[in-house]
Amino acid sequence: MSNPNPPFTDEHEELRASIRGFIDRELAPHAQSWEDERWFPDEVFGKLAAQGLLGLKYPESYGGQGGDYLHEAVLVEELARTGSGGTAAGIGAHINIATPPIWKFGTEEQKQRYLVPAIRGEKIGALGITEPGAGSDVAALRTRATPVDGGFLLNGEKTYITNGVRAHFIVTAVKTKETTPPARHHDISFLIVDRGEGVTSAKLEKLGWHASDTATISFEDVFVPAENLLGTEHEGFKQIMANFQWERLAMALGAVGAMGLAWERTAAFARERQAFGRPLSGHQAIRHKLADLATSAYTCRCVTYDALRRFVAGEEPLKEVTMAKLLTQRASFELMDACLQIHGGAGYMREVWVERAARDSRLGPIGGGSDEIMREILGRVLAL
Amino acid sequence: MAATAESVMKPDFGSSRKHFIFTDEHEALRESITNFAIKELAPHAEEWEETTFPDSVFHRMGELGFLGLDKPESYGGQGGDYFSAMVLAEAITNANCGGLAMGIAVQTDMAMPPILAFGTEEQKQEWVVPAIAGTKILCLGITEPDAGSDVKGIKTRAVRDGEDYVINGSKTYITNGHRADVIVLVTKTEVGGTDSGYDGFSLFLVPMDAPGVIREQKLRKMGMHASDTALLAFQDVRVPASAMLGEEGKGFYHIMWELQGERMIGAAGCVAGAQKCFEHTLAYAKEREAFGKAIGHFQVIRHKFAEMATKLESARQLNYVTAWRFANGEYPVREISMAKLHAARVACEVADECIQIHGGAGYMKEYNVERVWRDMRLNRIGAGTDEIMLEVIGRSYGL
Repeated sequence: MSNPNPPFTDEHEELRASIRGFIDRELAPHAQSWEDERWFPDEVFGKLAAQGLLGLKYPESYGGQGGDYLHEAVLVEELARTGSGGTAAGIGAHINIATPPIWKFGTEEQKQRYLVPAIRGEKIGALGITEPGAGSDVAALRTRATPVDGGFLLNGEKTYITNGVRAHFIVTAVKTKETTPPARHHDISFLIVDRGEGVTSAKLEKLGWHASDTATISFEDVFVPAENLLGTEHEGFKQIMANFQWERLAMALGAVGAMGLAWERTAAFARERQAFGRPLSGHQAIRHKLADLATSAYTCRCVTYDALRRFVAGEEPLKEVTMAKLLTQRASFELMDACLQIHGGAGYMREVWVERAARDSRLGPIGGGSDEIMREILGRVLAL
Repeated sequence: MAATAESVMKPDFGSSRKHFIFTDEHEALRESITNFAIKELAPHAEEWEETTFPDSVFHRMGELGFLGLDKPESYGGQGGDYFSAMVLAEAITNANCGGLAMGIAVQTDMAMPPILAFGTEEQKQEWVVPAIAGTKILCLGITEPDAGSDVKGIKTRAVRDGEDYVINGSKTYITNGHRADVIVLVTKTEVGGTDSGYDGFSLFLVPMDAPGVIREQKLRKMGMHASDTALLAFQDVRVPASAMLGEEGKGFYHIMWELQGERMIGAAGCVAGAQKCFEHTLAYAKEREAFGKAIGHFQVIRHKFAEMATKLESARQLNYVTAWRFANGEYPVREISMAKLHAARVACEVADECIQIHGGAGYMKEYNVERVWRDMRLNRIGAGTDEIMLEVIGRSYGL
């Protein structure tokens, strides 16, 4: 194609080529072993930081690259090429969900303490919202921060937290107000919680994302100093919502990247693999299946890029982002499943990438707001 | 930077969703075509389903300048960009008359572009100028009783005879076939039984009043009732060599080029038509009550709308980015095939879901949804079937 799809320009394509080279060299070759070990090493963050990749969208004054969301979008899409959903998720959690609230709502001092080392890859962040009793229904969370002298005393439990074992700090949503009836939406605050006494993590076994240290984190009488309150007290709900759009866009971009890669690999396989005297791709049913998948992948790209373009332009495109998230996550899983099918028995084997890709992609329609939540939001957009 | 510490996302449901390919001028044009369609066309839509729409629609649209939006001013067009043609394809759906939209698209985006692209100055003066004015009607003849998707299999033959060509054969499913003044006709021109492969085809501009052009019966169809669809026979039709359109032997390539614009515009019409059906159904779901509340407020129905809206958005985005490439001078055959495939499928799925949401009423003629369902079904067949689109896409990757 002669032109990159808007909103990307040739400048972004250069960045893409360089990121792709880095990932192909430094991350992708290790994907299988990190998956087997159920852990990717913390040094990955240092390597990314050395390339300036942990601060693409952050100001140079904090050690970032002074770029914008479009530069970040290139990285997020390319991270799919690690071939390990869990590794991409760990990196993504750090750059897409844990650090943005500090950048947006943090004090100068908080930025120096957390954002600067996070961009350098020295401190790893996690975002703690979901609880055993509160997933999609964020307002129902129960982790409580009780005001004490000089700060808060934190008790409760967070779960499904990406980077939950390795994180040095957890940007945690907590209840800070007790009213009857509950003030929903105006009783939640964000605290930056350092790993330390009273903070314990338990890693979770999962269907996919094996290289990610997804964990349950318990807080038992954890003292959090007042200077670690992020943003306005009791207004954490809004702050949570503020980053959802970027988180969902990032998921859509990740799916777009993963779909493109999976398609290329599967098409290459279909051209090679012989059955009944010709390549698989010489069979019309397979050729049409691949054409269908290519159409789906390209459609997802167009939808996601349009939502991204609007987001970057400051349109606050709730509807478009929600649609992009809904469409791409399911389409990605369907594409991975179809790619697995085309691989036949080999597709079911651990050694072949597609088995992992299919498992990894299944999280998409659940994480970052389930498909059902996306449809609820869209229903409201339509005034239903 | 898009997000600052102060900016917390707030839904702006009401804001303009203009896509980057469209300017304020396009939106003004959209409004004017929409008003025209609502005032002058839609009130007759039901009647035209029985009678087919009258030729006067061409005259009126010519008068308003709508038949040459993206055509050069030197031929009476408006000199607009390709996106203005997209606006017409979208806004004309406000006529609520699929057959009419198709008849107009044949004129503006199927038969006219090849004459402009490959025609001589005389041919353009003779056919394009009056076609833009709406005083002459065009049609396009590719499909034959024994050759549809397999264009290479057509049998209509043009044989050189002195200064003339003599044409024999038949064409079918020809939109505007009964009313047209001229047909852009795809013929085989290879001589002596030698197979020149793809180089054995040529286009002709054949006046429909030439002796030997026989308009057979109007074909009865599942939908698109407002359009006239013809089976045509050509019996020793004699045309001068100057009636050849474009290069001799290059007809196959000319028509493959033509099909790209046809598919792009068709895809735009699919999404716009389905969007209208969606909105109509949305209004119904907010009104219609069951079990004590409006059916749209049941979660399952609400989610159906969310799904449909997402599908429509996906098809629209694919269309717009592809149109943008096309207008930029790229020849994005793969992407156009994808857009056409996806838009047609989405339109059919949306129309079907809209019937379901209407329940029994959806099955009744009165509510118009069943008509949209019947009209939309053509799009997965016409201008290249889903299967041909998949074949083109697959081949484009060397599969």
